[in-house]
Amino acid sequence: MTFPDHRVGEPIADTKAPAGPVAERWDTRRFQAKLVNPANRRKHRIIVVGTGLAGGSAGATLAEQGYQVVQFCFQDSPRRAHSIAAQGGINAAKNYRNDGDSIHRLFYDTVKGGDFRARESNVHRLAQISVEIIDQCVAQGVPFAREYGGLLDTRSFGGVQVSRTFYARGQTGQQLLLGAYQALSRQIAAGNVEMHARTEMLDLVVVDGRARGIVARDLITGEISTHYADAVVLATGGYGNVFYLSTNAMNSNATAVWRAHRRGAYFANPCFTQIHPTCIPRTGDHQSKLTLMSESLRNDGRIWVPRAKGDTRPAADIPEDERDYYLERIYPSFGNLVPRDIASRAAKNVCDEGRGVGPGGEGVYLDFADAIRRMGRAAVEEKYGNLFDMYERITAENPYEVPMRIYPAVHYTMGGLWVDYDLQTTVPGLFAIGEANFSDHGANRLGASALMQGLADGYFVLPATVNDYLARHPHAEPVADDHPAVREVLAETEDRLNLLLAVDGDRTPDSFHRELGTLMWEYCGMARTEEGLRKALRRIPEIREEFWNRVKVPGTGAEFNQSLEKANRVVDYLELAELMCLDALHRAESCGGHFREEHRTPDGEAARRDEEFAYVAAWEFDGGGAPVLHKEDLTFEYVHPTQRSYA
Amino acid sequence: MRLTLRVWRQRNAGTPGAMSTYDVDGISADMSFLEMLDTLNEDLILRGEDPVAFDHDCREGICGACSLVINGDAHGPERTTTCQLHMRAFRDGDTIDIEPWRAAAFPVVKDLVVDRSAFDRVIQAGGYITAPTGAAPEAHATPVPKADADSAFEHAECIGCGACVAACPNGSAMLFTSAKVNHLNVLPQGSPERETRVLDMVAQMDAEGFGGCTLTGECATACPKGIPLPSISAMNKEWLRARRKVKG
Repeated sequence: MTFPDHRVGEPIADTKAPAGPVAERWDTRRFQAKLVNPANRRKHRIIVVGTGLAGGSAGATLAEQGYQVVQFCFQDSPRRAHSIAAQGGINAAKNYRNDGDSIHRLFYDTVKGGDFRARESNVHRLAQISVEIIDQCVAQGVPFAREYGGLLDTRSFGGVQVSRTFYARGQTGQQLLLGAYQALSRQIAAGNVEMHARTEMLDLVVVDGRARGIVARDLITGEISTHYADAVVLATGGYGNVFYLSTNAMNSNATAVWRAHRRGAYFANPCFTQIHPTCIPRTGDHQSKLTLMSESLRNDGRIWVPRAKGDTRPAADIPEDERDYYLERIYPSFGNLVPRDIASRAAKNVCDEGRGVGPGGEGVYLDFADAIRRMGRAAVEEKYGNLFDMYERITAENPYEVPMRIYPAVHYTMGGLWVDYDLQTTVPGLFAIGEANFSDHGANRLGASALMQGLADGYFVLPATVNDYLARHPHAEPVADDHPAVREVLAETEDRLNLLLAVDGDRTPDSFHRELGTLMWEYCGMARTEEGLRKALRRIPEIREEFWNRVKVPGTGAEFNQSLEKANRVVDYLELAELMCLDALHRAESCGGHFREEHRTPDGEAARRDEEFAYVAAWEFDGGGAPVLHKEDLTFEYVHPTQRSYA
Repeated sequence: MRLTLRVWRQRNAGTPGAMSTYDVDGISADMSFLEMLDTLNEDLILRGEDPVAFDHDCREGICGACSLVINGDAHGPERTTTCQLHMRAFRDGDTIDIEPWRAAAFPVVKDLVVDRSAFDRVIQAGGYITAPTGAAPEAHATPVPKADADSAFEHAECIGCGACVAACPNGSAMLFTSAKVNHLNVLPQGSPERETRVLDMVAQMDAEGFGGCTLTGECATACPKGIPLPSISAMNKEWLRARRKVKG
């Protein structure tokens, strides 16, 4: 099969991961890395974009090391980054439970859970660092759940059989983020971080082949400015909002990573999207976002649908023997705790069979009746009270009395900017951390691993590797405002915004976003086919053209203008969506969250094709021509690819 | 539902504002309050008018961005964030007043958007534990009694939305500040900076122009996260203790 719409370029030969036993590679790399003399660090400026778990922890740590950090977030405060909404927990191989956990097991689970599409070196490092993260967060005062003896409590979490997940009720992300925010605040007060809130990165400044700064817009005044540094770190999160409806915050967007891609950073595995199985179903066309219910609920809740199609009786009237606890039936050993991609697809399948519940038949039950009988209502309330309250507030149904209804929704993007072992992109001096990069989760992320990766990158990995880059490029010339590269990127940004304001059409930016999202959910969502993807690839350029002819953005660029912010983000979604579909089309296999209908096992599970596709697809932007595919072959020396089995 | 909205419109910080009236139709009871405003804004854009600016992000009650005074109450009639308020709390034909947070320390940026950076500066003054990355001891080296950990968590739940300030007749930030002081001061890890933390944060709070506390309790009533009112007296106690200790 050939694809006229892309070219194949040189493979990526070197990821900079050292050779040798996997458990020693991180030590080896840190020892090889050149250091910057503490007295010289204050001469280096580092731009960090984003203040979530990755950006907040990186900014604070780099400032503690003595660098001058210039940091940006589009929110009104660094405390509001979307990491704050993560509910369930953070994994760490502490083995406090003595239940057989170890660094190697966390490494193994993550590579397997990612369906053998992640890099072993990176994943092992992540598992090693997980242990230090918990120490760091406890020292900062993060109020993790504790046992009566005063020691930390843990629980098991989607897709694993050990209790390695640390948590702070259903607000783990909030508490970890506030820890990073507070560390960052300390550095802001000390004058080591220059913080620009309500300021959005609109483009990357590349001078002489190196990342040297960004173009940003002050969201209050509309002023567009340039900021320069010796290295630029993108911690700008994922791109799930391409789908319009997702569990991401409304303003989470892809502009920083997409603009960096257009300036030379390869984009890796853009089609790897995680659809989370336990979200509250939508209620109508007015829906602006979807709300996740932590999958920790799957520890005690049982998922079921009626055995019969079109059974509209209330849940309580359906007798036990007419219920299908389908996860327990199909996957007896993991039951309700199978990984997210499997749980999501199973929900879609039963709904496609006409056995879904609730409005539109797009929902399955998550039932706590047994848990309440077994543990008592008080214990359920202690564990999940805030989640139950949240559910009731949104749906006006009491989950202590009637089962919750859930349905899968876009939640996380495993793809992102391609980075090497040092978390450096293909643009020298440009680093990507957290969800913005692609590195650790392969084709499917395990629950409670996003927080772990964000903090591993920000607190520990990046601060060690950025040193090496700066030590090797010690005397960068200051960038002049009239440098042609700066003038070009500034002019492009201003032109783009002016054009958006000038179209003065008859459709809102949101209407285009919704149209794109519907298309992506249909053809590049939970199940993908060649035919559907080709349809989407034909349709997206048409929507894009219509956008540039018919969008209406009121007001001016020189003021607080949320419509302009939105429209500019939609511009980038309309381009990124096409690359996602192309990536999904070219990957003629199923793996993790990427499920191609044509490639499934006789049981209907994802069928990988390792001989052809055991690689990272890193896409190069070619000036608007056909994207160029660079393959990074994945080798598995420690965790041998097998068909994932959770039966 | 058909509703009449009276919305505070203000071009920017330097221009005086006023209430404007809008009718919205076709509102479903399942919509969130912000989705109702989205509907209004989509209409306004197509009519060539300036949409209403308001802060919002996660829309699941945790980021603390949304900040509307609805019919005179911070976050509206229910004890939650504006984004988690649903239109089933209103009736067909209702008139709803929508205003920004009102407080001297929270100047209006545009329409319903205010500047809450004063909160960030209060945290910067001492709302942290000094624990540089890499310097942490083993997590189990210091057990924390469950009661203390739970108390720390209860205060750490603050989302920094500012409803406490907006609800207070004095525009005081005592509940916000005390939430952070109590979160950190109750933990053994926070103990070395216990005195400077409370003194510096309170001093910064005063410098930002927040009003004094007269314990009306409006803050705790408005708080969507249920930060308890005794948090304030606990902070006052911490402050007095710190003053005595620092003065010797």
